[in-house]
Amino acid sequence: MEDANKLKEFEARIERGEKIEPKDWMPERYRTQLIRMISQHAHSEIVGMLPEGNWITRAPSLRRKMSLLAKVQDEAGHGLYLYCAAETLGVDRSELVGEFLSGKAKYSNIFNYPTLTWADIGAIGWLVDGAAIVNQTMLAKCSYGPYSRANLRICKEETFHKVQGYEIVCTMAQGRPAQRKMIQDAVNRWWWPSLMMFGPHDKNSPNSAELMKWKVKLFSNDDLRQRFVNLTVRQARAAGVTLPDPDLKYNPETDNWEFGEINWDEFWSVVRGNGPCNRDRMRARRRAHVEGAWVREAADAYAAKQRAKAAKSA
Amino acid sequence: MRNAETKSELSSRSQQDLFDYLLRLGDDRLVLGHRLSQWCGHGPILEEDLALTNISLDLIGQAKFLLELAGEVEGKNRSADDLAYLREAIDFRCLKLVEQPIGDYAYTIARQFLFDVYDYYQMEQLCDSKFEKLSAIAAKAVKEARYHLRHSRQWVLRLGDGTQESHRRIQTAFDEVWMYTGEMFEADDLEDRLLEEGLAADLRTIRTSWAALVHQTLVEATLTAPSDEQYMQSGSRKGFHSEYLGHVLSELQILPRSYPGAKW
Repeated sequence: MEDANKLKEFEARIERGEKIEPKDWMPERYRTQLIRMISQHAHSEIVGMLPEGNWITRAPSLRRKMSLLAKVQDEAGHGLYLYCAAETLGVDRSELVGEFLSGKAKYSNIFNYPTLTWADIGAIGWLVDGAAIVNQTMLAKCSYGPYSRANLRICKEETFHKVQGYEIVCTMAQGRPAQRKMIQDAVNRWWWPSLMMFGPHDKNSPNSAELMKWKVKLFSNDDLRQRFVNLTVRQARAAGVTLPDPDLKYNPETDNWEFGEINWDEFWSVVRGNGPCNRDRMRARRRAHVEGAWVREAADAYAAKQRAKAAKSA
Repeated sequence: MRNAETKSELSSRSQQDLFDYLLRLGDDRLVLGHRLSQWCGHGPILEEDLALTNISLDLIGQAKFLLELAGEVEGKNRSADDLAYLREAIDFRCLKLVEQPIGDYAYTIARQFLFDVYDYYQMEQLCDSKFEKLSAIAAKAVKEARYHLRHSRQWVLRLGDGTQESHRRIQTAFDEVWMYTGEMFEADDLEDRLLEEGLAADLRTIRTSWAALVHQTLVEATLTAPSDEQYMQSGSRKGFHSEYLGHVLSELQILPRSYPGAKW
C-alpha cells in the first residue's frame, strides 16, 4: 500500500518535470532500467576508445593527432563519470565492469565495426558522434538528475568532436582523388550502422514505453533516427559526399528525409556477437583487465600500508 | 648575450646549434608521446587510461611547439609536421630511452619516471633561457612536467612498495632501462656552446638533481638503484638509435609519406 502511494507521488513528480535524485524513492524497475542504460552507455564509451585509438599513432599531422588524443581522452572521462552516475543507484563500478567483461552487459553495436583508413576517424566523428549527440541531447533532459547532468556535460564535448570529425570529412572530400575515395568509402560503411545506433523500430523496442512513461526517454527511437537523418543529409551535401541510400528522398509534407529500410538482420547478428570486431574488442578489454590486475592489487596494497602507517603514527 | 628574440639575432653557428638542440628536445617528447599513446584503451585501470593519454597529449603538444621553433630557427621553411613526418631515423635526435617499446606497466612507469625527472629539471632551467621563445615554451612545459612527475613518482612508490609481484616487476624494469639513462646527460660541444650563451640547460647540474631525486624515490619505494658503473648506451643525440625508432616512424609517418603534400 505504501509503495502504491509512493509510486503515485513519484510519477506525479516526473509529470511535473522534477528531477529524481539518488536519495529519492524510486520504483525498482526505474532503478534497474537506469542502471542498465547508464552502464551500457559507460561501457560504450570505453569500447569506443578502441576503434579510434587504432589511428592515434598514424594520425596524419600533429594537430590531428592531438585532437584525436583529446577526443579519446574525453571518452575515457565520459566512461568515468557515467560509472559514477550509475553508482548513485547503489551498484559498484567493479560489478558493472564484471558484467561487461563476462559479456552479460552490452555496449553500443557501432564499435564492432573496424576503422580501416584515416577517413574513418572523420566519419566516426561526424556520423557516430552526431548520432550520439541527438540521443544524448534528449538524455540530458531525462528525469534522473545524475544521468541528466552527465549527458549535459558529455554533449558539450561530443559537439566539439563532431565539428572536428566533420572538418576531416570536408578536408578529405576536397582533397586528392585517393582521399575522396577514402572518405566516400568510410561514409558508405558508417552510414547504416549509425542509423542502427538509435536501436530497433519502436514496435520492436521492449523497454521504450516504460522508459518514456518515466521520462528516461523523451522521444522514440524512430523519432530520434529521423531527426538525425534530417540533420545529416544537409551536412553530407555541404561536405560533398553522398549517403549510400538510393531511397533517400525529401517529403515536403512532413519536412522529413525518408530513407530506405535498415538491414535489421545485420543489426541483430552484430548484437549477437558476429560483427567484424566483436571478438577483438572484448579480447582487448579482457586482456587489459587481466594484465592490469597486478597493478590494481599493488595500488590497493600500497594504500593499505599507507593507512596502517598513518594509524600507527596517529 | 642579451635576450635573443628572433633568429636574426643569433649567429649562424648558434642557429645551427639551436636547431639541433630543439630537435633533441622535440624528438624526445614526440617519440615518448607516441609510445604512451599506445596505452590508449589498454590501461590497467580507467583512471590510468586517462592519465597516460593526457600525458601523451602534453608531450606531443610540447613537441609541436619545439619542432615549430626548430623550423623557424633553421629558416628553411620547414613546419613542425615536416620535421616530425618527413625526417629519417638518422636525423632524429631523441634518446633510445624513449624509443623502447612500452613493455608492461612497470616498464612504462619506470621509463616515464626517469624521463619525467629529467624533463622537469630541464624545463625548469630552460625557463631562464635567453632565447625567449624557448623560455616561453619551457614556462608552460614545466607546469605539465611537474604534474607528470608527481604521477609517475607516485606509481613508482605504489609498485615498489605494493605487492611482491609489483616490486619484482618494477625492480626488473629499472634494471633493464637503466643503461639508457647515461646518454640523457651526454653533454657535447654543441650543448656547451649553447650553455655558454645562456640558451641551453646545464646537463651537469640536471644530472645532480636527477640522481638525487631518483635515488631518494627508489629508496622510499624499497627499490635498489641499479649501478651507474654498468655499461651505458650512447650516441642517440648524434643519430645512433635503436631499431625500434624506424618502426615507430614507419607508423607515425605513413600518411604524409604515402601522399606527399596532401592536406588532411
